[in-house]
Amino acid sequence: MLEIDWFLAVSAVMFTIGIIGVLIRRNAIVIFMCVELMLNAVNLSLVSFASYHGNIDGQILVFFALAVAAAEAVVGLAIIIAIYRNNLSVDVSKINLLRW
Amino acid sequence: MTVYIFIVLAVLAIASALAMVINKNVVNSALFLVLNMVSLAGIYLLLNAQFLAIIQILVYAGAIMVLFLFVIMLLNVEQEEKLFDKFRVKYFLAFLLGVAVTGQIFYSLAGVTDMLPEISDKMAAVGTVEAVGDVLFTTYLLPFELTAILLTAAVVGALMIAQHKIKRTEEI
Repeated sequence: MLEIDWFLAVSAVMFTIGIIGVLIRRNAIVIFMCVELMLNAVNLSLVSFASYHGNIDGQILVFFALAVAAAEAVVGLAIIIAIYRNNLSVDVSKINLLRW
Repeated sequence: MTVYIFIVLAVLAIASALAMVINKNVVNSALFLVLNMVSLAGIYLLLNAQFLAIIQILVYAGAIMVLFLFVIMLLNVEQEEKLFDKFRVKYFLAFLLGVAVTGQIFYSLAGVTDMLPEISDKMAAVGTVEAVGDVLFTTYLLPFELTAILLTAAVVGALMIAQHKIKRTEEI
């Protein structure tokens, strides 16, 4: 079996790509997809730790994280639709009602 | 053999994640995210988490990404203009922050291999549906049932948020 370091390295790189995507993109939907990418990266590290500890509880935690991610995606996309109705755009640099 | 499969899957996952971030077209980004999730499911298979690999494809690459694509088609969003045309300070700062975060994660994970317990092949966790379901419906029964409430609340909340404007215009 491979060393755990490789799986954790893939997870860390994917998490970083997600962070950079959230910072540089302006489309709300793409930002949301980057958040999903970060969730996936954390799930990967959870699964690899569970596998290398010989304990299945980590996989259960990933299962619950998946359920929460599904709920979060539904509510977030509803919020994006509501924003689009009000502004006719999902560009986060144009949504500046609360910015001073 | 496992090493080669892992290298292919890892390169695929990271490349599709990068392509998702730098792609101008939103639909292409969503499809690259699907590719990323499918390759992650392959990595889960290498880690003996068969149930999670199937769930990853069914729920993430199936249900959630279809929802994303549906919203993208519904909103008819325009392409982002001039993503990398000129150098921006913002991109540079984001890149620096990314490097800092990666360094921090690698630093904190440096000695993790020594802390892992010695496990034999017999003890290794195999995440088949049977093994996961066995724990899920005994030890984690209450959180599992609460998940149902969470999903119901999410669906009702999403309906409320998405329909809010229509109701108000009808009243006026």
